[in-house]
Amino acid sequence: MQQPNTLPASASVLRETASQTAGPYVHIGLALSIAGLPPRAEEIWNEMAHEDAEGERIELVGRVIDGNNDTVRDALLELWQADAQGEYHESYDLQAPFNSFGRTAATVENEGEWRVVTVKPGAVEFPDGRHMAPHVNLAIFARGINIHLNTRLYFDDEAQANLQCPVLNAIESPNRRKTLIAHKEESSDGITRYRFDIRLQGEKETVFFDF
Amino acid sequence: MANDIKQHFVPRDRTWHPPAYAPGYKTSVPRSPQQALVSMLNRTVSELSGPDFRKLRMGAHDNDLLLNFRDNEQQAGLPIGERIMMFGRVIDQFGKPVPHTLVEMWQANAGGRYRHKKDGYLAPLDPNFGGVGRCLTDEEGWYRFRTIKPGPYPWPNDANSWRPAHIHVSVMGPAISTRLITQMYFEGDPLIPLCPIVHTLRDPEAVETMMGRLDMARSRTMDYLAYRFDIVVRGALQTYFENQG
Repeated sequence: MQQPNTLPASASVLRETASQTAGPYVHIGLALSIAGLPPRAEEIWNEMAHEDAEGERIELVGRVIDGNNDTVRDALLELWQADAQGEYHESYDLQAPFNSFGRTAATVENEGEWRVVTVKPGAVEFPDGRHMAPHVNLAIFARGINIHLNTRLYFDDEAQANLQCPVLNAIESPNRRKTLIAHKEESSDGITRYRFDIRLQGEKETVFFDF
Repeated sequence: MANDIKQHFVPRDRTWHPPAYAPGYKTSVPRSPQQALVSMLNRTVSELSGPDFRKLRMGAHDNDLLLNFRDNEQQAGLPIGERIMMFGRVIDQFGKPVPHTLVEMWQANAGGRYRHKKDGYLAPLDPNFGGVGRCLTDEEGWYRFRTIKPGPYPWPNDANSWRPAHIHVSVMGPAISTRLITQMYFEGDPLIPLCPIVHTLRDPEAVETMMGRLDMARSRTMDYLAYRFDIVVRGALQTYFENQG
């Protein structure tokens, strides 16, 4: 166990409110229809791109897997990504063709397979002017997760961009970088699908970031 | 659309927050990473931007849990339990208000039962209570909800574990860097020091940041008691010396 907090707190700042797990019933607050609650006028959900959104329409799917290799069936995921041009849309607007923000959930009903419809993001600039490979930022909340986990989803058909991505390259272990790559799947329904499994613990554990 | 980096945030003190692995809370054992988090020494626009929900269409009662769930409009009644107002301010670590940010909450009913398919606790559902609310903070960072004080409930952790009364609270803040989900507890609840989830925190002062405090001045005579819960998100710093070698 770590020692109690020993970092000197700056006298000039307040302490951040402490995090707690989102618990087993996170869906009643953040994914109403899954909990069995009637939806409100507008809900934040997993269709980030409408049919008329600019760019390549894609589907992201995956599972969250725990340290026993069991599929987590009570997670909530949040996504944040740029549009096809590499621009973030900060204003969440369900009337707009594309939203940078989305939510999805792994549940008993979907056997732990979450799903999002979006467009493939464009490259976003790193502070020094280089480009990061196209990526989606993901936050994972669930029972047993005391503070949400931040990760990134990259695309396996962007191999060259991935090789040059300053964030991927900042991960010391090249083997661990591979845990952030989603795999393109053949699909019969015409939409390009990428699979991204998140392993919370153990062999091939997904890289999680602190930022 | 905004790809300019406008602000940075005070680094998160991860010895203050609960650790991923806290074996007293059993579910954290298989759900905690064993590898170290990878620190982003250069934060990018991807982390320093986030959604703004001012265009999200809200219903009139989205922040009023006394009125926002009615099984049968014709025979609708009020939920049973202690009527309370939960309110407070979202501020950052420098004390600056965080305006127009999304605050969401969810909770059990007065008997500790959640309106969720997976909650099989024998305490009954309340036909007039759903247990979910949301609102945006105002210009000065204030938010409020009207609700019923939730009851404690048992859960399978230790042989006889009970959650203290709590309301789950989710706040976005100005960027995905400030994103936070926590729980508000009610000050003085004797279940708080017994709870394995509360105990995931190592510093008793961190536990104090999650206390809703009785506020008689804001309570309404013959109507509801008020509990104040201020939420502190990471402080935003302007970027003064970016890219100057």
